[in-house]
Amino acid sequence: MNIHEYQAKELFAEYGVPVSKGVAVQSEDAFNEALNQFPEGGTIVVKSQIHAGGRGKGTFVDGFQGGVKLASTKDEARDFASKMLNNTLVTHQTGPAGRKVQTIYFTEAESIDHEYYLAILMDRETSQPVIIASTEGGVDIEEVAANTPEKITKVYVDSALGLQPYQLRAIGFGLRLSRSTFKEMTQALQGLYNLFWEKDASMVEVNPLIVTEDGKVIALDAKVGFDDNALFRHSDIVELRDLNEEDEKEIEASKFSLNYIALDGNIACLVNGAGLAMSTMDIIKHFGGEPANFLDVGGGANADQVTAAFKIILSDSNVQGILVNIFGGIMKCDIIAEGIIEAAKNVKITVPLVIRLEGTNVEIGKKLLDESGLDLVSADSLADAAEKIVNLVKEKQA
Amino acid sequence: MSVLVDKDTRLLVQGITGKFGGFHAGLSMEYGTNVAAGVTPRKGGQIWEDKVPVFNTVKEAVANEGINATAIFVPPPFAADSILEAIDAKVPLIVAITEGIPVRDMTEVKTALKNSSCRLVGPNCPGIITPEECRIGIMPGYIHMPGRVGVISRSGTLTYEAVWQLTVRGHGQSTCIGIGGDPINGTSHTDAVKLFNEDPDTDAIIMIGEIGGSAEEEAAAYIMKNVKKPVAAFIAGTTAPPGRRMGHAGAIVSGSSGSAKGKIAALKEAGIAVAETPSEMVDALLTIYNP
Repeated sequence: MNIHEYQAKELFAEYGVPVSKGVAVQSEDAFNEALNQFPEGGTIVVKSQIHAGGRGKGTFVDGFQGGVKLASTKDEARDFASKMLNNTLVTHQTGPAGRKVQTIYFTEAESIDHEYYLAILMDRETSQPVIIASTEGGVDIEEVAANTPEKITKVYVDSALGLQPYQLRAIGFGLRLSRSTFKEMTQALQGLYNLFWEKDASMVEVNPLIVTEDGKVIALDAKVGFDDNALFRHSDIVELRDLNEEDEKEIEASKFSLNYIALDGNIACLVNGAGLAMSTMDIIKHFGGEPANFLDVGGGANADQVTAAFKIILSDSNVQGILVNIFGGIMKCDIIAEGIIEAAKNVKITVPLVIRLEGTNVEIGKKLLDESGLDLVSADSLADAAEKIVNLVKEKQA
Repeated sequence: MSVLVDKDTRLLVQGITGKFGGFHAGLSMEYGTNVAAGVTPRKGGQIWEDKVPVFNTVKEAVANEGINATAIFVPPPFAADSILEAIDAKVPLIVAITEGIPVRDMTEVKTALKNSSCRLVGPNCPGIITPEECRIGIMPGYIHMPGRVGVISRSGTLTYEAVWQLTVRGHGQSTCIGIGGDPINGTSHTDAVKLFNEDPDTDAIIMIGEIGGSAEEEAAAYIMKNVKKPVAAFIAGTTAPPGRRMGHAGAIVSGSSGSAKGKIAALKEAGIAVAETPSEMVDALLTIYNP
C-alpha cells in the first residue's frame, strides 16, 4: 500500500525526521486558510498529491505544465493550486490516462545547499533491510547506479541487531558530510529506519534529502510504501489508504479476495493461481492478442467469487473476449464449471468465451458446460485456448 | 529416488486442527504420507481424527514421535512464530504453506535459519512431493508419477501444469519442490537446483520462475558453472506491467530489475532450454533431454 507525500511527511515528523512546514488541502475553499499559515513574502511550493513519481516534469491533460510549482506570492500559489486541483496529471509513471489530483500540498520553499538521495528497502538477496544513500540527490537513482556507482553507499542492516552507530557513520562518511551536519543527518537516518522497521514499510525513499544553506537537514520529498501482508497490525496506516488512487475494479475485486489488475488490452482472463494467471496473459500476447487484465481467483474459488470475477471483467468496456483457464487441483473442475454456469445466469456474457479446464474431474466439468446451453468454446490445452480466443476476437473485429 | 522427502519422512503438521491444515493432512495420509503428529497449542493430548496425536509444542512432538519434517498451516500473523518454534526444535525440514506472512517476520526467520541446520521451503508455496512416497502441502497428488525429472517452481498451479505435461507424456518426477511466491523465502532456485544436481536419481530439471528479484539469474549462473544435467525453464510475467505486484508478493518488476526479459536472457546464456509459452515446458526439456 502506498501513501501520499503529505501523509509520509506527517509520519516523518512523528519519527523526528525534519520536514518543511506544510499544509494539505482537498478543496479550493480551504486554500486561503492554508496559505494564511505561511509568512508573507516567502516562496511557497505547490505540490500535486498523486501516488506516482515525476510530478514536477508532468503535464496536465489541459496543457498546464508541472505538477510541482514554485510560487513567489500567495496569489500565485492560489492560482497554481486551482489549476492543479481536480485536474488530471500525466507523468512518466502514471500512464497516458494520468491521475486526478484531489489533494494539494503547500510547503515552505527551502534554500538548497546540497541534495542527497536516501532509501531504505527490503533486500531480497540478503533478506535484510538495505539503506541506499547517494551524494547525488534529486535525480534518477538508477542512472546514478549505472553511470557512477561509486557515488552510492549501501549498508545492510542485520534485523536482529538493528541499525548500529558504525553503520550510520559509514553512511555519513559515504555522503562526505561536514562535521556540522553529521549529527543531524544521522539522527534523521535513524528516524527513517525506525519508521521503516516499526511500521512494516516495504520502502522509504527521500529524494532529495537536503542540507539547506543555513546547514539544516530536511526531507524535501517523501515516498513510503507498506507491506500489505503486515497491515493487519497497523490500523493507523490502513486509515491512510486513498481509494481515489486505486482502480474501481481493483477495489471491487479485493472485496471478494480476488487478485485483479486492470491492463490496457481487450482479452480478459480468469485463472486460478498467480503464476498461471501471469502465464495466461503471456500466452495471449504470444498469439497476437492483448490481455485486458490479470485475475487470480485463488485456489479455492466458489461460485460467488467466480460470479464477482465475471462482473468485474465485463465492467471493463474494452473487453471483447474472455479466456477462462482453470487447473483444477484440490478445487475440482466440476465445482468450477458449476460456478461458471451459475455466474453466466447472473451476468450476461455477450463476448466470445473460451474455457480450458484441466485436472481433477475434468470430464464431468466439461460435460456440465456442454449441457448448460451456454455459448462457449472449449479448449484442450492452454495454447489451444489462447489461439482460439485471439482468433474469435479478431473475427469479431473484422 | 528423490530429494528432501521420501517414504521414511515422519511428518508433523503445525495447525492440524485447523480447517485447511486438517483437510490437507488428511489428503497427505491418503497419499501414503506418514503423518506422525500434529501441533496446536492448548489442544495437546487430543487424537486428531482418531489417528494422529496432537501436542502443545513442537519439541514434545519431536521427542515423542521422531519427527523429521514439518508442514506449517498456521495463519499469517502466527506463522513466523511457528517456523521459529520448529527451528528451535531442530526439525530438519520445514515446509511453510501459509500465504501472507509479513516480510519483516521473514527477515527474523532468516536470521534464525542462518544459525541452525534446518532447511525451510516456502512460505507461500504448494509444498514438496515425491510421487507415491510422500506429499507435504496442498498439491493434487494424482497428477504426479514417479520418475527422474526434478521440478522447481515459485508458483502452485503453474507447477501442476508442468507436472501434468510431464505425466501425460510419460515422464515421471523424482521430486517436485514449490519454493513459493514470496520475496523472502527459505530455499532458493539455486538451492533446489543443487539438490537435484547431486541426486543420482534425477536426470533432468524443469525450473519455473517468474518476474521479481534475481533468484533465477543466480540459478542460471550456478547451472552454467556446475550443472551437466539438462535443464529447461519457463519464466512467467513477460506481459506484467512494471511496479505492480502480480498476485504473489514477490512478483514485481522494480525499475530495471526483475523483468522476465532479463531472466530469459540469463537462462539462455547458461544453456538452459527456455519454453516460449507455458504449454511448451516439456517440449523445451525434450529438445535437450533424451530419456
